[in-house]
Formats: sequence, structure tokens, C-alpha cells
Amino acid sequence: MIRSFKKHMGAWGTVGPTVIWLGIFLFLPLVYVILITFLTKNAYGGVDFSFTLENYRNLFKSEYIKVFWDSIVLSLETTVICLLVGYPFAYILANAPRRWKNFLVLLLMLPFWTNSLIRTYGWNTLLRTEGIINHFLLGVGVIKSPLEMLYTDQAVLLGMVYALLPFTVLPLYTSIEKLDKSLLEAGSDLGASRAHVFTRIVLPLTMPGIFAGSIQTFIPSLGFFFISDMMGGAKTMYIGNLIKNQFLSARNWPFGAALSIVLIIITLILMRLYTKVGSLEDMA
Amino acid sequence: MIKKRRKAREFGPGAVAYACLIYLFLYLPIFVVIAFSFNSSKMNIVFEHFTVEWYFKMFDNRQLMQSFVNTIIVAGISTVLSVIIGTLCALGLYKFEFRLKNVISSSLYIPIVIPELVFAIALLAFFSSLNIPMSMVTLVIAHVTFSMPFVVITVRARLAGFDHSIEEAARDLGANGFRTFWRVTLPMISPGVISGGMLALTMSLDDVVVSFFTAGPESTTLPLKILGMVRKGVSPDVNALSTLMIVGTIAILLTSNFIQERLEKKL
Repeated sequence: MIRSFKKHMGAWGTVGPTVIWLGIFLFLPLVYVILITFLTKNAYGGVDFSFTLENYRNLFKSEYIKVFWDSIVLSLETTVICLLVGYPFAYILANAPRRWKNFLVLLLMLPFWTNSLIRTYGWNTLLRTEGIINHFLLGVGVIKSPLEMLYTDQAVLLGMVYALLPFTVLPLYTSIEKLDKSLLEAGSDLGASRAHVFTRIVLPLTMPGIFAGSIQTFIPSLGFFFISDMMGGAKTMYIGNLIKNQFLSARNWPFGAALSIVLIIITLILMRLYTKVGSLEDMA
Repeated sequence: MIKKRRKAREFGPGAVAYACLIYLFLYLPIFVVIAFSFNSSKMNIVFEHFTVEWYFKMFDNRQLMQSFVNTIIVAGISTVLSVIIGTLCALGLYKFEFRLKNVISSSLYIPIVIPELVFAIALLAFFSSLNIPMSMVTLVIAHVTFSMPFVVITVRARLAGFDHSIEEAARDLGANGFRTFWRVTLPMISPGVISGGMLALTMSLDDVVVSFFTAGPESTTLPLKILGMVRKGVSPDVNALSTLMIVGTIAILLTSNFIQERLEKKL
């Protein structure tokens, strides 16, 4: 009796604070967001407690469908470029000489320990019409008039790839590193060409890394509104910016909440797909 | 045979050049910010000549300095809280068997996989519905919530390789529960606690999305301040302060990496 009481005290004394904290500051807010998607906005930017499905119906307006489409295209482009650029890089890192390896991975991590907005601001400085790159190109004489690089869709894509590349490279690196090298030797000893070894052995065995890397790139890219704010023009609206606007300027919280449900659904679908290939533990 | 294997692993100049190019891409914007913090020109275009004046002038920009101080305070407090709550939780999950244990340990992954933006607006809506104004307190709460699960997972991973019998030996030799924890358990898991703490610290310093929604007008952080300035043009003292933040973060993390390796060797 006393033993079991002590055990319960121990369990609740240790795990309890976390449960209470996450219960109040994570689950309650998430439940509240789901709740307000069914409520009406009032004239003062708040929420009225009257039930409606209006917010979900509004999601299907063509202007918002375009936003979803543009966002998914941008995130897909980001993910594909990160994979194409990141895979060879991860491969080189994973096969680097032992004494170099840790240093090279550290070198990859260092920039990402520093604030992403400050780094994006660095790109903003580089790409400006009156910025360094244009100044340099004009000075060398390669171009006659400055290029419009900043505030374009390409600049947003560059910012996204820049911010997310390590999230793609690290899982790729881990899975390439784990690869049993003797399999590759066996492959080539049996007469397979290098391309063949790659497509038939390396690629299938590193699929979990490719999946983990893609998801860890795709999901955050949907929410990085500050990158499109700093690098993009006013022409294209992405889902992150739309949600931000609904909460801060348009003050239509119920609709903003419904939009974020779309984000959650996309995430859940991707996670479901992912758990078929890898385990959740690999994500952390 | 051995020779052949070696050869297969070595890379030609192409691979080296490719890796260098990627590293250049990763470091370019950081170098730009650092270089222009030493530039005498007010415009971030050409490098006139070397100066350190911005490192003194930045102290006159009170709002900017305040945002920098806020960043540090929030990161410091939220890291300490996350480490304490998270380490306790990891210990509890390791030591005790109880109902809902699986539910609790898998719900730790929710803040990790959920899009940051959704979590941010959820907290904003939640605090507003309770009429709680956004301040340093809400900012700290938000940061603890997203970083604490990472501490739990890191410390738990460390505990997984922990030899239970050492704790038992300490108790058999007469150490009480607290002493056992302080002299045996904590030193053993300290590398995990440190890396969990460093993770929490970097996540707090790096955060933009969640802070954007949970900071009040009096509690903006340096990144939020820069975001507000960037369209109108940024003054050079921002480069100086950003450089301090970049160099500071890297220095802290390299030091802790070093300490961690030393601890690891001692065990």
C-alpha cells in the first residue's frame, strides 16, 4: 500500500509537471483552435459563440485554392531542390575520411545554430537591386542595368532552400552513413556498374533518409511566412502569410484557424505516409 | 583488396569542389552580415573602410538593445525551465511504470511534428481568449512548450544506456534517494542534460514564427525587430548586434560541445 503510494508520488512528481504544462499550453490551445473554426467572427476582431460551417466553406473559394496550390508547389520545389542538392553533399560527407567527418558535420550545423531570420536578412542584403551582387556585376560589366532579384518568387525559393537544406541533409547523412559498405562492394564485384549499384542498392537502402529529409523540409516550409515576407514580392500569397494576415490584419480568427486545420491535415497525411517507411523516433 | 576499398572511398576534386560550393552557399549570408558590421558606409552596398563604430553606436539605439536583451532573457529562462521540467519527465518515464505512460511518451512528439505556425496561432488565440496580454511571460511559456519535449527525448536517449545496478549499489551502500540522484544519476546523464539544454537554447534563439505571435509590443526579440525594419532598410548597428548574436551563439555551443566531450571521456 505504502509502496504503491510512493510509486505514484514518484511518477506524478516527475512526469506530472510535463503533463500539466503540455496539457495547458499545448492541448487546450489546439482544442480551442479547432473549436473556433466552427464559430463566427465578430465585428471587433474577436469570436462569437454561434455555430457555422462558413469558415470551412470559404476554404474552397477559388482565390484560396490558388493560395494552397502556390504554397504546395513552392514547398515541393523546395523539397526537390534540397534533395537533389543535398543528396550528393550528404554522400560526400558520409564518405569523407574519418578524421574530417565530425568537423564537416559541425561545419554544416554551425550556420543553423544562428538565427534564421538574420541569415535571411543577409540574403536580402545580397540580392537587393542596389545590393552587393548587382553592384559587383555592374562593376565587372557583365550586366548593363541592375537585375531585379529580390522580391521575386525565385528569391523566395532561394530563401526556402537555404533555410531548409540542413534539415534535408542530416537525415540523408545518417542513412547513408549507416549503409553497409560491403553490400556496395559485393554489387560491384558481381559486375554491376556504378550507376547500377546506386539505383539498385544505395537508393533503396537510403529511402528512409530520403523520406525523413523530405518531410522535415516540406512541413516547415509551409509555415515560414517570414521568408516570403523578406524575399518575396506582393504578387504571390502563400498559406503561411495568409494565416498570419487572418490573425493580425484581417482579424478573422475563425477563418485563420480553419486554414491552419488545412496545414494540420497536410502534416497528418505526410506523417501517416512516413510511419509506413520509417519510425517517429528518427524525426527528432 | 584493402587498397581498392580505400580508393573507392576517396573523392576526386569534383566532390571536394561541390562540398566547398555548398559550404560557401551556407556561409555567404553570414559573412555578409559580419563584414558589413565593420563597414563605415551607412549603406549595405560597398565596403568603404574598416570601422568598429557601430559596435559603440548600437548602445544608443535603445529599442534595438532592448530587443537584444529580451532575446537573451527569454532564451535563458526558457532553457532553464525546459531542462528542469524535461529532465524530471525523462527520469520519471525511465523509472516508473504507470498507466498512460505510452500515451504520454508518444504525445511528446506532437509539438515536434506539428507545424510551428499552427502552434503559434493556437497560443495567441488561447491567451487572448483568457484576456492575457502578450508579454515576456507568454513568450517564455511558448518557448518552453516547444523546446521541452526535445529535452525529454535527448535525456531519455541517454538514460536508455544507463546501468541500473550502479544506482542500486549506491543505495545498498547507504546513500539516500537524493544523494543517489545527485552523486550517481545526475553525473551519468549530464551529457544528455547538457545537449538537451543546448538544443533548447538554440531553438529559443533561432525562433521567429512562434515569437512573432506570442511577443507583446514591449517584448519583441532581435529577429522580430529586424523583420520589422527590413523593408524600410536596416541601420548598420543591426549588423553589429546580429554579429554579436551569431558569434555568441556559436561560441556557447562550441564550448558546451567541448565540455560534453570531456564529461563523456570521464565516465
